[in-house]
Amino acid sequence: MIETPKKSSARPALLVALAAAFAVIAVLVVALVANVAEHKREAKVPTVRVVELTEETDDPALWGKNFPQEYDQYKKTAEMTPTRFGGSEAVPRVPTSDDPREKVSRSKIDADPRLKTMWAGYAFAADFRERRGHMYVLEDQLYTKRQQVVKQPGTCAQCHASTWVAYRKLGDGDLIKGFEKMNQMPYSEAKNLLKHPVACIDCHEPKTMALRVTKPGFLEGIKALKASQGVPNYDPNTMATRQEMRAFVCGQCHVEYYFKGPEKRLVYPWAKGLKIDDIMSYYDEIKFKDWTHKETGAQVLKAQHPEFETWNQGIHARSGVTCVDCHMPYMRVGGTKMADHHVRSPLLNVNRACQQCHKWSDAELKDRVETIQLRFKKLRDQAMDSLVALIGDLKAAKEAGKSDAELATARYLQRRAQFYLDFVEAENSAGFHAPDEQVRVLGESINYSRQGQIALRDPSFKPTVAVVDIPATPPAPAPGAPAVVPASAPAPAAH
Amino acid sequence: MPAGLTAISAPALLATAALGLAAGVGGYAFVYAKGYSYLTNDPAACANCHVMQGYYDTWRQSPHHAAAGCNDCHTPAGKVAKYVVKAENGFHHSLAFTVGNFPDQIKARPSSREVVNGQCQHCHAEITHDMTDFGKDEAVDCVRCHASVGHLR
Repeated sequence: MIETPKKSSARPALLVALAAAFAVIAVLVVALVANVAEHKREAKVPTVRVVELTEETDDPALWGKNFPQEYDQYKKTAEMTPTRFGGSEAVPRVPTSDDPREKVSRSKIDADPRLKTMWAGYAFAADFRERRGHMYVLEDQLYTKRQQVVKQPGTCAQCHASTWVAYRKLGDGDLIKGFEKMNQMPYSEAKNLLKHPVACIDCHEPKTMALRVTKPGFLEGIKALKASQGVPNYDPNTMATRQEMRAFVCGQCHVEYYFKGPEKRLVYPWAKGLKIDDIMSYYDEIKFKDWTHKETGAQVLKAQHPEFETWNQGIHARSGVTCVDCHMPYMRVGGTKMADHHVRSPLLNVNRACQQCHKWSDAELKDRVETIQLRFKKLRDQAMDSLVALIGDLKAAKEAGKSDAELATARYLQRRAQFYLDFVEAENSAGFHAPDEQVRVLGESINYSRQGQIALRDPSFKPTVAVVDIPATPPAPAPGAPAVVPASAPAPAAH
Repeated sequence: MPAGLTAISAPALLATAALGLAAGVGGYAFVYAKGYSYLTNDPAACANCHVMQGYYDTWRQSPHHAAAGCNDCHTPAGKVAKYVVKAENGFHHSLAFTVGNFPDQIKARPSSREVVNGQCQHCHAEITHDMTDFGKDEAVDCVRCHASVGHLR
C-alpha cells in the first residue's frame, strides 16, 4: 500500500504530541509524589533542631531557626488591624530624637476626653492609646508620654520585656532576687538589661517546649489565690494541668496588678479571689490608692487590663476553653498542626478561633460577638457619663467649701464607681470575655455614681456599701528603702 | 539490536517508552500514597490524609464507633452511588489538600450533608420514618442537633 504524503508526515507529529502529553502527566505525577512525601515527612518530623536552645537563649530569632513557622506567625503580631470595637489602626508619626517610632496607635483619651476627667491628675490622662500586638510591648512602654510625667520603676519590665534571662542574671541565678532588684531600679536603668519584647522563653521550656510560667508576679499571685481556696504552696509549673497552663501563660501579664510599697514589688491582688468585688475589698483593706484625683480629692485606683480575671468569670472558662484556644488556635501547615503564634482577635480568624466549637457561619458568629459588644459599649458610655457627672458635682461641692468629712462618702463612692468602670473599660474584650459579669460590673458602677450624687445632696443618705477611709498620704517608706520616685514627684508611678 | 525491535519505528518506540514511564510512575504514586486503600471500607484509610487524623481520632471515641465507619455515614447506600460519591469526595479532598486551599475547620458541602442525613435515616429508618413522613416538604437535618454522634470536629 502506498501511503499518501499527508498521512506519513502527520503520524510522527501525532506520536511526538502523544509523548509530550505523557511527559506532562509524568511530571504532574512526580510532583504529586513529592507533595505526598513532603506531607508525610511533615507529619512524622514536625521540627528540625538546627540550633541548641538553652535557658540563656532569649533571642526569639534563634528559636525561630528551629521553629520557623511559629516564629513567622509571632512576628506578625506587629500587624495592626482594627476590629469593630478593638484592635488598632496605625497612625504615622515623625520620629524624634527621644521617640524614634514611625507609627503609633490612635489616642484613646483624644477620642473620648471623658477618660481625661476620670484620670485627672494621673499619668494616664497624658497618654493612653489603643492596644497593639506583642511586638510593640517593649518600645511602647519606653516611649509613652507617661514616662515623662512620672518616673516609672523597673517593675514594668516584667511584662514589657523578655525577663527570664535578665532576672536570673541579675539575681545570680535566682529569679525572685533578680525580680526584686529590677523592681527597685528606675525604668531608664532597667531598660539597659532588656533586649526583646515578650518572647518564646517567657512561656516555653527550651528543651521540651512545654508551657511554663516564668513571671514572678503570676507565680506569687496564683499562690495567694490558691492559698485562699485552701491549696497551700501552689506552683503552677508542677501542679497545673496542660489546659490550665494554656490560660496561665497569658495570665502572666494580662491581669490587674499594683506596685506594693517603696520597693515597688509587683503584686496581683488575688488574695481574696479573682472577682472585682474581691479585688476591691483587697485594696480597701490595705488602703491602697494609685493617686489622688485632681478635681475631687478622692483616693482612687487605676485598673489595668484584667483579661485573666474577667475570662475566669465567663462561660468559656467554665467550659474549659482557654486564652490559647481562641487567640492562638491550631492551624494546619501541610501535614502538621501547630498553635498559631500570631496572637490576635478571634474576630480576625473566625474559622479557626470559633468554628472549632460553634458550627455557624462567619457572619452569624461575628454578629453574635458584636451584639454583645454593642450592648456593653452602650452601658459603658452610660457608666462613664454617670462618673463624669459625679466628678462634676464633687468638684462643685469642694469649690463651694464643703469639708473633707462632708465629702468623704461621695469620694469613696467615686473610688468604687471609677474602679468598677475602669476594670471593664481597661479590659481588652469590650465586654466579650464575660458578658453578663461585665455588664453587672457596669451596673454597679452606675449605681455607685448615682449614690455618690445623692450623698452630696443628702448628708443622711446611707449608701449600700460601707465607706472605707483611705488615707491621703501613703505610709512612710521603710528606712533605707531606695527611693524610686523622686521627692519632687510624690505621686506613685503610673503603670 | 534484537530483530524484533528493528521492526518498530523510532516514534512508536518513543511513545511506548513514555506510556510505560507514565504508567510506572503513576503506579508507584498510587502505591506510595496508598491509593488502593481508598477502595476498602477501613476508616484508617481516610486518615492517610493528615487532615482527617483528628476526625478519625474522635470517631474512635464516639458513640457510633462500634456501629458505623466513615463510609457508613459519608457515602450513600448502593454500590454504584457509593463509589461515585467516593470518587467525587476523593477528588475534592486530594485537590484541596495538595493545593492547600481549604479552611482549617472543614465545613461539609451541602451535598455531603445530604448524604449524611440520608444515611442517618437509612439505618434509623424505624425511628425516623414517622418524623420524616410528617415533614415531607422540609428537609430533615439530623446532624444539626446530633452533631457529635459521629465524631467531634
